[in-house]
Parts: sequence; structure tokens; C-alpha cells
Amino acid sequence: MKIKGRVIKVLGDNIDTDLIYPGRFLNITDKLETPKHLFEIAYPDLREKIRPGDILVAGANFGCGSSREQATAAVKYAGVGAVIARSFARIFYRNSINLGLPLIISQDAAGEIEEMDEVEIDLSGGRINDISKGKEISAISLPEQALELLEGGGLISTLRKKHKIHK
Amino acid sequence: MPMTIAEKILARASGKKEVKPDEIVVANIDIAMSHENADMARKSFLEIGVEKVWDPNKIVIIFDHRIPAESEKTATTHKAVREFVKAQGIPNFFDVGRGGICHQILPDHGYAWPGAVLVGTDSHTTTHGAFGAFATGIGATEMAGVWTEGKLWFKVPHTIRVEINGKLREDVSAKDVILYVIGKLSADGANYKAVEFCGTSVENMSVASRMVLTNLSMEMGAKVAFTPIDEKVKDYLAGRNVKGSPDWGLKADNGAHYERHLVIDAEKEISEPQVACPHAVDNVKPLSTLGKVKINQGVLGSCTNGRLEDLEVAARILQGKKIHPECRLIIIPASQEIYLEALEKKYIETFLRAGAIVNPPGCGPCLGIHQGVIAAGENCVSSTNRNFQGRMGSKDSNLYLASPAVVAASAITGYICFPKEIGGCEGEKKLSDAKMEA
Repeated sequence: MKIKGRVIKVLGDNIDTDLIYPGRFLNITDKLETPKHLFEIAYPDLREKIRPGDILVAGANFGCGSSREQATAAVKYAGVGAVIARSFARIFYRNSINLGLPLIISQDAAGEIEEMDEVEIDLSGGRINDISKGKEISAISLPEQALELLEGGGLISTLRKKHKIHK
Repeated sequence: MPMTIAEKILARASGKKEVKPDEIVVANIDIAMSHENADMARKSFLEIGVEKVWDPNKIVIIFDHRIPAESEKTATTHKAVREFVKAQGIPNFFDVGRGGICHQILPDHGYAWPGAVLVGTDSHTTTHGAFGAFATGIGATEMAGVWTEGKLWFKVPHTIRVEINGKLREDVSAKDVILYVIGKLSADGANYKAVEFCGTSVENMSVASRMVLTNLSMEMGAKVAFTPIDEKVKDYLAGRNVKGSPDWGLKADNGAHYERHLVIDAEKEISEPQVACPHAVDNVKPLSTLGKVKINQGVLGSCTNGRLEDLEVAARILQGKKIHPECRLIIIPASQEIYLEALEKKYIETFLRAGAIVNPPGCGPCLGIHQGVIAAGENCVSSTNRNFQGRMGSKDSNLYLASPAVVAASAITGYICFPKEIGGCEGEKKLSDAKMEA
């Protein structure tokens, strides 16, 4: 599975779920409605920059804190194609796989890749190609379970297929 | 092969003789808990399209994040969840006024026990490791998957052992201990990992205090956290109608493999209250190094520190005192049951006479929704669990996390202070003496 896009950088480590999606908007339970509050309080400029297909590049422990799926949904339905980070918090990682938002861990991406670079991610191979720089950046390939879920379009469509639900 | 507690539970739940760290297993779920975000799980469940949940008896739904409903939008989601509960025949439903904070209700109503696999759509689900449950937070869609199939995949975590020894000083509580540990290990120091707490300090703690350790282990990324399963846990759960078969002998095998073994001498290393400063839970400093931080609000409550012993220490400190005129104090008992006990013990009266306001049992201002959010430029000292930027209100406010004793004392002086500055954790007069006089 390969994803190509333009890079938007999210600076700093430990970008928590309150920064990504503030708690006060958690009574929005419709996934498609969540992007309007993405980074709303802490980084409104960042939200304005994101265009469909963009790839976020972040530091360590991205998505730490709450289990709120709205944080993942807001990133995904804002049109973000994938997130690259030095590491992800556990629940954010699982939520992303379940919602079909591709993620990849790379120690070097945050340091090497610059904003607006064009990159291509190879999820199964565990590689990132910075097309703008003509440079290969190492990453960690996803576990098989995660890859299967992503390729199946997330948990909902995977379970629909498994339980043969067509309605 | 000797196994840790997490390995033992996952082996049993996945029908294996033994499991190893990094192995992926599919475990049967004993308890699946959701709060208000059950509405998001409900929508995902409808999208999946199966008719019935796998086992209504294993699903628990507890309203706590927005109670009573603070907006029409919330009222609408509450209503949708109530209808879902009815349609699916879910018997374990705790509506407004019938429960309290989910992590208090689960053990108090027998939904957490040694050896259980418990998932919750709340990150602080790690709390239930204090009862020996492999308990972890998941997202709403994943919960819909659990409602569909009753099982979930897990990567078997590596385990960190945190041994804490020594007698804690009077003004040092479980909250100070875990803040110290988080400061040492950092916000992702236990990411994806299990934590086993042990040592004399932990053994001597009440179950309520041990819940503070397992609850806040989430703030260093832990997947699960455990404290010893002993007579205290057995006594706590006695008469609480435990829904499964507790493994009372559950403990790590001798020779189990730990990725790291941290040893803390509490008497030496944690010699004073600890404070997590803005805007990160691992930005922990000893109170004496803080300088004079003026506060506009104190909050005492949450799934971390809203239990009877927390209210008791606050009542001792606040007995016969008044809150500083430029400060508000918000107190939130963790459950209806705790509220009632605090009422009987006259703690609530003490709070009201001191000028504090008592909120209904729930999450309240902890996640910045209602019942005490703070303005730009305001400082708050809180016994809650997160001090992320904007967590309790304005992005330009500052949130400090501390123990219930420090919160209560600080509300009196108007700045973050040691309990000893206003007479210590026992108060100037012992509460029992004061009651006799009354």
C-alpha cells in the first residue's frame, strides 16, 4: 500500500488529543462533522493549511492522552492521507488503523522532511521516499494485522465483509 | 516459561498456555465499558450492520462526561444511547443520578476482578489494574467491533516493574508518588507497555490509593497497570456482586521477564508533594521549587482523586476554614455512593461552609466541558489527571496537577502551598474532635 502527498509539519513532541480535538466538542459523534474542530484551539493556522491528500509529519508520542476517536476522525476526514511520526500513542494508533487512516513510524522523518516536500510512503515496505529531495527515509513497516485492516478500508468495512453484510 | 501478570491474563483469555511479548493474540473480552461516547460506538455498530450485540450482559454503559446534559446536543446523544440500551437489552446501564464516574462504578458494582479482560472507551480504563484486571482504553469504532464479536487483538506488552519502598510522609500521597514516577519515566515512558507496581509503599496503600497509580499510568502511555492482588482487594470487592470468577492467586511468576526494573526509595526521593506544571503531566516539580503560584480555582475530583479518602483529607484541611476570597474550590465526589458517605460523615457540610461548591458525581471540568472551566490568564490547581494546554478551558490558562491535600490547602491560601502552611493534612483540629464538639 503506497500513499503520496504534500507534507504539512506538526511541530513538537507529545501533541495530545486535546490539542488535536478539544474535549468540549466531544458531543459531536458524527465522524464527518469532526474536521471543523481539528486543531481548533491550539493551532488554528495549521488547520487552515491542510488540503485533502496532505501528509502530516509529527514528532514523538503523537496523539497521546484521551481515547477520543474524534481526534483521529478529525484528521482523517479533513482529508489527511497519512500521518508520519517518531512514535504514536497507543490508542490514537489503534483508532487510526480502525478508521482507515494510514500511519507510519519513522525516527528520521521529522528531522529530514521539510514542509511542502512531496513524499511517497510504502506502508508494507516500511519506507518513505522524499520525492522533492530524492532521498529515501527509513521507517518501520506496519504489523500484518494493521496492514490488513488498512487495506480493507478500516474495521467497519472489514467486519462487514467478514459477517457478509450487504445492506 | 515464567510470565508477568499481563502475559498470564492474555494467555488465559486467548486460550493459550503461554504468550510472549510482541506476540499478537486475540483475547475474549469479559467487560466492555462505554460512557457518553457509546453514541459514537453505536453509530459505528449500526454501520457494521449486525443486528444484536454479542453479549448484552458484558456491556456496561455509564454516563459521566456530561451529566446532567449541559446542552441540547448532549441531551440528544444521551437519549439515543438510552434507546440503544433498551433495544439491545443491556442491563448494566448507569444513568444520570444512578452512578457516577465510570472508573468508580466499574469496581464498586463488581465489573472488575483479578484476571478479567476489560476494555473501555476511556483512556483511564487502566485504573482497573488495581483489581487485577487487564484493563485498557480503546476507541469507539473498536468498541463497536467488540460489541459485534466479543473479542479483540492485542500485542502482548513488555512489562516494566516499578518497586516503591518506604513509609510515605504525611503530606505525600499516592498522587505524589505517581506524579514522581511519571516525571521520571516521561509521558511516553511506558507507551504500549504493562506496568507492575510493587514494594512496601504500594502494599501499605489503600485500594483507593492504588487506583491513583494505575489510573495515572495512562499518562506515561501504559497499556495496562497492576498493583498487588491481596486481601485488601478481596475485602474491597466483597459484597459487590463480582460478575466473573476472580483469580485471587494472580501474581507474576518468579523469574518473569521485565524490560525494566525501577526501584524508588519513597522516603528519600519523594520527600515532599509533587506538582505537574503546565502543560504536560510529566513536567513534574517538587512543590518547594515552584515559587508562589497564585490560583483562581481549585478542583478536587475526577477518576483520579474523587474518592472518600480524598474528600476526607480535604475535609480535615478545610474544617472551620474559609476559601481565599479570590479563589473558587470545586469538589466532585466520584460516585453517588461516595457522595452519600461524604454527606453522612459531614464532609459535604464542611465544604459548603468553607465556601466550596459541590458538583454532581461526574467528570465535570476535568476535560473542559462544563461545571468549572477556566478563563484566559487564570491558574487552577487540580487533583485531576491532565494539564494539557486548554484542557480545562482557555488555551491561555494554566493547570497544575497535585494531590487532594495540596488542592484543599491551596484553595485556602490562594496560592499553591504545602498542607503544613495551614495546619497540615490532619487540619488544626482533628475532624473527629470537631464532630464531637458539634
